Amino acid sequence: MNLLRTFDTGMRGLLGHRLRSILTTLGILFGVAAVICTVGIGTASADSVNSRIAALGTNLLTVSPGSTTSSGVRGGSDSANTLTMDDVSGLADKQDAPDVAAVAPVVSGTASLVSTSSNWSTTVQGSTPGWLTTNARTLSAGVFFTQQQVDKHAQVVVLGVTTASQLGVTVGSQVSISGAPYDVIGVLTSTGSTGFTNNDDLAVVPITTAQDQITGGSPDSVQRILLSATSSATIGSAYLEADQLLLQTHHITNTAAADFTITSASTLATTAASVTTTLTILLASVAAISLLVGGIGVMNIMLVSVTERTQEIGLRKALGATPRDLLRQFLIEAATLSFVGGVLGVGAGLLAGLLVPRLAGIAVTITATPVIISVCVAAGVGLIFGVYPAARAARLAPIAALRAE
Amino acid sequence: MVAAPVAPGADVTAEIIRLVDVSRVYGSGDATVHAVDNVSLAVNEGDFLAVMGPSGSGKSTLMHILGCLDVPTSGEYRFAGEDVSRMNERELASIRNRRIGFVFQQFHLLSSMSAWRNVELPLLYRAARDRKQMALNALAQVGLTGRVQHRPNQLSGGQQQRVAIARALVTDPTMILADEPTGNLDSRASREVLEILTGLNKSGHTIVLITHDPNVAGVAERVVEMADGRLRDRVAA
Repeated sequence: MNLLRTFDTGMRGLLGHRLRSILTTLGILFGVAAVICTVGIGTASADSVNSRIAALGTNLLTVSPGSTTSSGVRGGSDSANTLTMDDVSGLADKQDAPDVAAVAPVVSGTASLVSTSSNWSTTVQGSTPGWLTTNARTLSAGVFFTQQQVDKHAQVVVLGVTTASQLGVTVGSQVSISGAPYDVIGVLTSTGSTGFTNNDDLAVVPITTAQDQITGGSPDSVQRILLSATSSATIGSAYLEADQLLLQTHHITNTAAADFTITSASTLATTAASVTTTLTILLASVAAISLLVGGIGVMNIMLVSVTERTQEIGLRKALGATPRDLLRQFLIEAATLSFVGGVLGVGAGLLAGLLVPRLAGIAVTITATPVIISVCVAAGVGLIFGVYPAARAARLAPIAALRAE
Repeated sequence: MVAAPVAPGADVTAEIIRLVDVSRVYGSGDATVHAVDNVSLAVNEGDFLAVMGPSGSGKSTLMHILGCLDVPTSGEYRFAGEDVSRMNERELASIRNRRIGFVFQQFHLLSSMSAWRNVELPLLYRAARDRKQMALNALAQVGLTGRVQHRPNQLSGGQQQRVAIARALVTDPTMILADEPTGNLDSRASREVLEILTGLNKSGHTIVLITHDPNVAGVAERVVEMADGRLRDRVAA
């Protein structure tokens, strides 16, 4: 029996048992589509969590003042202003701290901003040009202020996108902060909120100007120092360098008595990564279960039809089919069902990947791996349970097969 | 016993079946069953033989052996000169396909296929052109020209059995083996089927009919009776 005729016979077998063929195809289709879709949702959530963490700046270290010990009572961090501009310039030293890429001192306070059309109360941070790098931020319009403008106590401000729209101002406008006029020279790109902080609602001014007009206090004292490591890989060594340097300049020998605290966003990143992994495992399990259910459905249909097929096999053997002829016929039938089911399943999965974000507002990221794995598993199940019982029946004596009930 | 060589074109009635001391044993020890016990039988080309016997007499087992669906435990079986008892599964499949046409009690038509597709089936396992034409010719021979596109469930029992006969005929086999072909039919349909078989025999086909019914066996030229696995000749009707 030549291959073309076997193919023809196989196709006729499928068309002759339409319901069975459709059910098998559906089992494979839904298994594959479910896997593609759930893993797509998992991947998208993981991506979204990761990008939010990246927005925090995974290279970022924050030096906070404290803890102070006065009369035996240890205050929490932030309880004293122990950080100075000397610490900032020390940390900016490439020789002492080679793994620190950028440094930015920060002072902050709350102030009322007034434009010609509106007013808005928000956080005003005073810093240096390093602020942009250490916070991993970019500008959507205009420019950030320069070191010269810091040195000259320039009356310029960079606004978060929410603040700018609340005030109804753009680059080139003027706003008044605590009664003093400022030129709006830049607007930050939106990054969304992290926890309780809205990163898009703030104003950044030169640190010198902030100390003069908003936060007050000594021009030498800073509330916080932001550091960014040269890469996320060097964050550990940057941390050690900053720690050593500050202990030295603050003349502290006992690390337990340090008057500053260094925190890192990468600890947050680690936590978030494990959350994401858990989420992905959860979704992968759901996907695996749907694949299993689909597979069992396929298996069921194939096994249920075995009795009927066994008689057919017996008859075909009596009419002169060899076991090889029969095996090829069933292989072609099962392969066709698996292939069609797999292709339709990938199509349905991709379609769901397009529709789910629109209808449910959940992001879906389709990657190649779940597509390949689900198609292989579903097609494998279809092939094995389509061929194995038939192959066994093909080895029976023709009469035994004919008499099967 | 050695079959004498037959010269090509010689007008000698050819021997199709030669069974010599054939036994088929099932089970072992105390549970041993001699379904066919030392049976010897010869069938010539053009014969119409009926094998009669009650159920359990071993006639079904004999039919399976004659149809190359089963192989004897011992003894010799020559089919058209070929030693079937030494054949492997592939060769047996080939013999069944080329040499034997089966008609079963339960028809064994594939329900998902039309009449002519069912008749075409054995042609799929051999090199054959114009399969559809051959199937239509065979259906015409059994008087079903108007039913070629019908599915088995759209046909009466008698019509279904005629489709099965057409399927047995289509390969132009050396022998047609009919196992209780009227067992599931009413008397009118039975008569039709037997008439077709008689007609086929008249036109030169060798037919072996297996039945428990003396009236059915009566249409054959020669009747052998089977009891407890053994065979004995009976006077032809």
